[in-house]
Amino acid sequence: MTKTAEARYTWGGDEFLFVEITEGMSLESNFISNSIANALESKNLGGLVDICPANASLLIRFNPDVMNYEDLEQTVRALEHDARASARQVLETRIIEIPVWYNDPYTNETGSRFREGYHQRPDGNDLDYAAEVNGLADAAEFIKRHYESPWLVSMVGFVAGLPFLYQLVDRQHQLQVPKYLSPRTDTPALTIGHGGCFSCIYSVRGAGGYQMFGVAAAPIYDPTQNLKDFKEFMVFFKPGDIVKFTPVDEAEYRRIQKEVDGGTFVYRQAPIQFDVGAALADPEGYNKTIMEALNGI
Amino acid sequence: MGFNILEPGLSTTVQDQGRIGYYRYGIPQGGSMDQYSASLGNRLVGNTRKEAVLECTYVGPRIAMTGDVVIAVTGAPVDVFVNGESVPQYERLSLKSGDELKFGVIKGGTKYFIAVQGGIDVPAVLGSRSTYPIGSIGGVSGRAIAAGDLIPIGKKVDNGLPDMQSVPESDRPKFTPNVNVRVMLGLYDHNLSEKGLKSFLDEEWTLTPIADRMGLRYSGPGVEWKKREQPFGAGQDPSNIVDAGYAVGSIQIPGGTQPIILHRDAVSGGGYAMVATVISADMDLVARSAPGTKTRFVAVTMEEALAARREMTARDARIWS
Repeated sequence: MTKTAEARYTWGGDEFLFVEITEGMSLESNFISNSIANALESKNLGGLVDICPANASLLIRFNPDVMNYEDLEQTVRALEHDARASARQVLETRIIEIPVWYNDPYTNETGSRFREGYHQRPDGNDLDYAAEVNGLADAAEFIKRHYESPWLVSMVGFVAGLPFLYQLVDRQHQLQVPKYLSPRTDTPALTIGHGGCFSCIYSVRGAGGYQMFGVAAAPIYDPTQNLKDFKEFMVFFKPGDIVKFTPVDEAEYRRIQKEVDGGTFVYRQAPIQFDVGAALADPEGYNKTIMEALNGI
Repeated sequence: MGFNILEPGLSTTVQDQGRIGYYRYGIPQGGSMDQYSASLGNRLVGNTRKEAVLECTYVGPRIAMTGDVVIAVTGAPVDVFVNGESVPQYERLSLKSGDELKFGVIKGGTKYFIAVQGGIDVPAVLGSRSTYPIGSIGGVSGRAIAAGDLIPIGKKVDNGLPDMQSVPESDRPKFTPNVNVRVMLGLYDHNLSEKGLKSFLDEEWTLTPIADRMGLRYSGPGVEWKKREQPFGAGQDPSNIVDAGYAVGSIQIPGGTQPIILHRDAVSGGGYAMVATVISADMDLVARSAPGTKTRFVAVTMEEALAARREMTARDARIWS
């Protein structure tokens, strides 16, 4: 783990402390952010309102009537020091299979309504554009690269339950696609999006600026808490979750939707230990190992 | 007993003090945009600060009472009518079953509030009755009210009605076409050039019609960013950052053109650099701005922000004593 620079501490008004671990995205920064968040959470400090770990930063809300802001900064700095000093970076987490209908008619139809003035490339769809900017042969090749490797939930937010996903491969192999030139006013619910180096799953319908590649077959946000995976909480994802996308065709998509409607759908998932060091040392080999956890489930 | 909604108005939602602590899941705090105005309404009708009210936007609802109720209308100045007769704002009103409440033209601001003795009694979700339409939770079935809704009213709070029958003029919020909004610089203000920071603080900004519970967008001369190499994962534009959490009240300037103040239903994070945050004591002031409001951003220190917050708390304590 790099122990070089310290994080940058700054205030978002009188109720928010913002801690930028690094300016750029990296797996190490994300791990430090989440370590600080977990350690701070377990302190149960009075006046601490909300802890929002993000990709390479951390946003902490506090009640300044109860908690002194300087004390809070001191506490978090100490936790940052501990997080950086910790030798072994292992996360007890889970891997989850997310069935996706890539190149589906819903996102394609929406994409076709937001071309002129919104999108970089008037011809083709977002997948064609993504393939082109990544120097890949075609949309099919891009899709393969998208589902072949696992993704880490590096942040939850934007709207209710939306996961940001960081691809667990070498930086030179990471898929990168610019966001739309101007955000769309509409995105189908459960769209698989991508902007910069991040993928996401749009938990609900709404505005969005990420390129659209497909739709997930099952919900990831369920305010009715009808499905089994949502009995405890309406939001499915947590930072640190690992996602394995699995391509499905229309028939399989419809079959899963029937299960969702009937209330019987459950996500295929397995508990795993995620070792940041091992993942960085041999991404390809390590990915195979963690994805094997889903076998037989 | 309840409110029978004959016409819903433009966008009328149930709101309270908000849903605090779920921002980490992308669920915004919500709550009445102008907390002070909503709180005055609750005070007049003998509630606690916690009861839910109806927040009206520009055009209010038309409501028939299905029982005898005590209400008050606070917030933005608007004509209020009971059975067609004009009645005052910031005053406790007793309505009988069958009475009809409706509203005329708004004369400033954008939001006014209907408080009712006992509060709006929709089910609380994650500790709050506030409506979050994008996430379909809170309020009436997770949405703005609609014609035909019968909105339940809660039991009276025990402590009865206060001596105060109306809010004195001096305690009423002001709705003015010029405001100075106090902000704390920070977050990514270092990405602005010296000239850019000067424009942000010295120029006048005008609130555009693109303003709602999520955010308020201002037009003006724009700002200049420092030239730099963008960090990995941030995106190409100098106003882009690696997606991060957004402080409530933080001000982002996508593309360097129009500043956006994120308000109570804000998205919890994203990839635009924030350069300052409205202090907690001035969030209501921002909520009272109507499109066209001339706005200046005034930089204050943390200590000044906390002093302003103490003043706000002291005023609140006096109103509720």
